[in-house]
Amino acid sequence: MILNGRKISPGAASGEALVTTMGISFYGGVDAETGRVVEKGHELEGQSVAGKVLVFPTGKGSTVGSYTLYRLKKAGLAPAAVVNAEAEPITAVGCIIAGIPCVDHVPIEELRSGMRLRVDGERGVVEAE
Amino acid sequence: MELTPEEREMLAGEHGPATQKAMEILLALGTIYGAERMVPVASVQISGVSFDNLGEAGLEFLTEMAEGGGRVRALTTLNPAGMDIENWQALGIAPDFARNQERVLAAYARMGVVTTCSCTPYLFGNLPRFGEHIAWAESSAVCYANAVLGARTNREGGPSALAAALTGRTPAYGLHLDENRRPGLTVRVEADLGGTRDFGALGVAVGRAVEARPGKPIPYLRGVEAAGVDELKSFCASLATYGGLAMFHMEAITPESSLHAPPPATLTITRRGLDEAIRSLDSAEGEADFVSLGCPHLSLDEVRRLAERLAGRRVRKTFWITTSRPVKRLADEMGYTALIEAAGAVFAVDTCCVVAPIRGRFRTLVTDSAKACYYAASKNGFATRFLPFEDVIEEALR
Repeated sequence: MILNGRKISPGAASGEALVTTMGISFYGGVDAETGRVVEKGHELEGQSVAGKVLVFPTGKGSTVGSYTLYRLKKAGLAPAAVVNAEAEPITAVGCIIAGIPCVDHVPIEELRSGMRLRVDGERGVVEAE
Repeated sequence: MELTPEEREMLAGEHGPATQKAMEILLALGTIYGAERMVPVASVQISGVSFDNLGEAGLEFLTEMAEGGGRVRALTTLNPAGMDIENWQALGIAPDFARNQERVLAAYARMGVVTTCSCTPYLFGNLPRFGEHIAWAESSAVCYANAVLGARTNREGGPSALAAALTGRTPAYGLHLDENRRPGLTVRVEADLGGTRDFGALGVAVGRAVEARPGKPIPYLRGVEAAGVDELKSFCASLATYGGLAMFHMEAITPESSLHAPPPATLTITRRGLDEAIRSLDSAEGEADFVSLGCPHLSLDEVRRLAERLAGRRVRKTFWITTSRPVKRLADEMGYTALIEAAGAVFAVDTCCVVAPIRGRFRTLVTDSAKACYYAASKNGFATRFLPFEDVIEEALR
């Protein structure tokens, strides 16, 4: 399956999909020390984003969240890539400063946790292997 | 987005890795917001300066950008830092924090940023002209630049403002375009207004009303007879804090108001509405232990008024005067500083009670600033008293 979207942050990476239908706030919603989602009541609460292709509709919360992605990357706990339905500035800027490929305008309802995905941030393409 | 040959070179890394990353950020934002092209920026104001907000990760990012050869291509100034850079010890700032704050400023300086740390860059030389495209990131200054000066900026975040500085560009969307600067709501002000607290209260009332409406229309205020720079600075800070607004028009006062007719949708604000806004922030009971003026940073004229009122008297509470380094230097020259310090008030230059790490140090803040009330409560857990400028000074003397 090949899904065409928009390139948001350059680079390419592969990994196991971790999919949620809920928005993610990186500031306060993801622990930069452990890479786990800590937002109470979130579908992904307790799960680690490290090395995953993180698929979620859109980001939310404080702009400081961009730096959380940067911290996760420095700690080796960042997602391998990010796929959004609609990217917003916090996630987009965070992915760019951290060097995480990001693609949006993808029909994310076609994606399931556990799929192997390849995200190409240069061409704006998500491929399920 | 359509990029010029030079912008494509930046994106390809031909101007170094920092400029490349900066152009990637701007391209992503332009893509998200549907911009068709970049516009040159004449001026930048960067937020993300206080180490209290940036943290180790933010500092690491700035260092990486400085080491990656980043150099500003437009006049760039900084938002307040977490401490007075020359006098932090006297304000009780921890040495560890001070060291990290100095590293942040050193990284900005390496990139050619003018490291004045203030939320009022327009008061000392970072003053864009009417119609100029700029990239500013301090919400009160953004509102002032768009509405009062007629310059054009979106509300930038720290990284996007830095990206604009390092490329000299910003994507043309939002408030850079004529069609997005039109008013959508008339606000009739039926009250006599005077002083920074009244204008702050007006910002609270208008901000809350607009925030609650779909699409957050740009307000067009009618009925304000006169408004000075200090009053508009207070209004802007308040409107940005309570309404998330980056633009307004004020009939016969702001330059673009004459370009538009007042929109049909109308909201009326009376003295009663203003008094309700004031009461909502003036809630503290018991003795106050912290008094502060200078949110946004005091102008030279405000420092003069303060000095005249304090001359020969003695304050009895911790009283922080927050302003920019250039205004403080002028106050030194004029003898205002000596009068203020002789009365026992303390200058906290380069910083303010919003960004300094003061949680837990005080219980109740007294101020003339609605914005300061908001952050005192939400960030530091302080109770607040919201008084006119002169009454704030009297409270410090009581």
